[in-house]
Amino acid sequence: MPADYVDWLRREGRIVIVGASLAGLRAAETLRAEGFAGELTLIGDEPYEPYDRPPLSKSVLLGKASPHRTELPHRREIDAKWRLGVAATGLDLSAKRVKLADGDEVEYDRLLIATGVRARPWLKADEGRLDGVCLLRTRDDAADLYQRLKAGPRRVFVIGAGFAGSEVASACRETGIPVTVAERAGAPLVGALGGVIGAVAADLQTENGVDLRTHVTVTSLEGDSVGRVRAVHLSDESVVEADVVVVSLGSVRNTDWLTGSGLGAGPRGIACDAGCRAFDFRGIVTDDVFVAGDVARSPHALFGYQFLSLEHWGNAVAQAETAAHNMICHGADRRPHLWMPAFWSSMFGVNIKSVGVPPMGDQLMITQGALAERRFVGVYGYQGRVIAAVSFDNARWLEFYARQIERGAPFPVEFPTMDRRPEGRQPVAADFPDPSLPTHGPTVTLTGYSPADQQLVFHPARH
Amino acid sequence: MRLVVDLNKCQGYAQCAFLAPDVFAMHGEESLVYNPHAPEEQRERLARAVAACPVQAITADGLDGAGEQSTGSAQEARDAR
Repeated sequence: MPADYVDWLRREGRIVIVGASLAGLRAAETLRAEGFAGELTLIGDEPYEPYDRPPLSKSVLLGKASPHRTELPHRREIDAKWRLGVAATGLDLSAKRVKLADGDEVEYDRLLIATGVRARPWLKADEGRLDGVCLLRTRDDAADLYQRLKAGPRRVFVIGAGFAGSEVASACRETGIPVTVAERAGAPLVGALGGVIGAVAADLQTENGVDLRTHVTVTSLEGDSVGRVRAVHLSDESVVEADVVVVSLGSVRNTDWLTGSGLGAGPRGIACDAGCRAFDFRGIVTDDVFVAGDVARSPHALFGYQFLSLEHWGNAVAQAETAAHNMICHGADRRPHLWMPAFWSSMFGVNIKSVGVPPMGDQLMITQGALAERRFVGVYGYQGRVIAAVSFDNARWLEFYARQIERGAPFPVEFPTMDRRPEGRQPVAADFPDPSLPTHGPTVTLTGYSPADQQLVFHPARH
Repeated sequence: MRLVVDLNKCQGYAQCAFLAPDVFAMHGEESLVYNPHAPEEQRERLARAVAACPVQAITADGLDGAGEQSTGSAQEARDAR
């Protein structure tokens, strides 16, 4: 590669971004902010310009924001060619071309993949097509679900009590709609926060009138004679009548279009180095394909260099900025993406926030407040160090714990706190479910996983 | 006007809800809900809310100086070249 390639690229190169959502937009803005003057193309499968998703399961369902008006503000002019409403269907790494669903092909000098994830559909496709069976990922999904909630359904049934499912249940209760939530694990949010915190989330739901069913799975959805969903059958043989069913079973990474491209892309995302450069299927780093956002998985020094794939809003922004910077600078000027994982949720009037990677933790200490008050900070420990923290209505402490995680502070937590209750003096097991259970796909993937392997097989360690 | 709040940064100071109550509201003790598409007549109040946020978590379209803090590092990186 000639020494002036990067200078040429910055002046007149062609950069293509596949994925026109939060990460794609912020990457485009960063490219221009850092002086990229060449041709910029953004490709998105939805017909809309980039919009924000977190409000879709919160203020939109509460009727406080329109699902059609959550477009993201632009930080600057990006002077891009937009190809919206057309999906990318293939990638030719050697010819440096992205193939589009309409038959067109777009050439690039450098490519950024930010195709994110989509909602995991109901496992039986014919039942999933019943009228009243909803997903919640896109703005069209949110508009549809909002209309159905507004019509005053007799009962809403939510399959899956992760963050999205719990937020839907919360919105239903706040608007007075009866709601049943089914969760395969023993409590809501256990995959993200473990059983101890999950028990608090369970109390929160039941006290707000949610009919919470745990340790059950949905076996089938029953439709009426005109194809509307009318009942949900559960593994404990109970039947719940409902006219809206929200399938909230997590997400699937949008990597199908890369099958056969030679890129290290699979069901767990696209592997990349700390500088956001994608690996090919042989584990060799590419230098012209970059990855950012939910679809990326990259090694993180703070978490044992394991590959993290984070479906976090802040990660999409930070990784996009780093990827964009690295795309148009010389090797020595590149930066690693070492963002401190953080997320938020809000349900039943409680603000839930977290830093670090809670599912890596095996022990938990309540360091501020008390579980019973639902106002607390829980700190997760892993091999003698602080690895994560979660807060319920106590967010101002998280910055402090983020610093503790960064410096590898010891666990159990030793510093005195102002309001430490008896329950916080001893660490307890954080009680995460077995990550090999298929419903609890790990957010942290062991490095032994081959990114070329498209055929993941789960071997549950216990039954 | 479009706006977005980085709720990772948001610490629930509620300055925005105080200055632009038609756009921002507290929901429960410390979570923030907001209308991501603020009406035009809220421009001035929104600008004040953006400026007053102690953690600079609000980005909005078309307000002078608003939302530029996030590209600050990028700007510096370019200037340093």
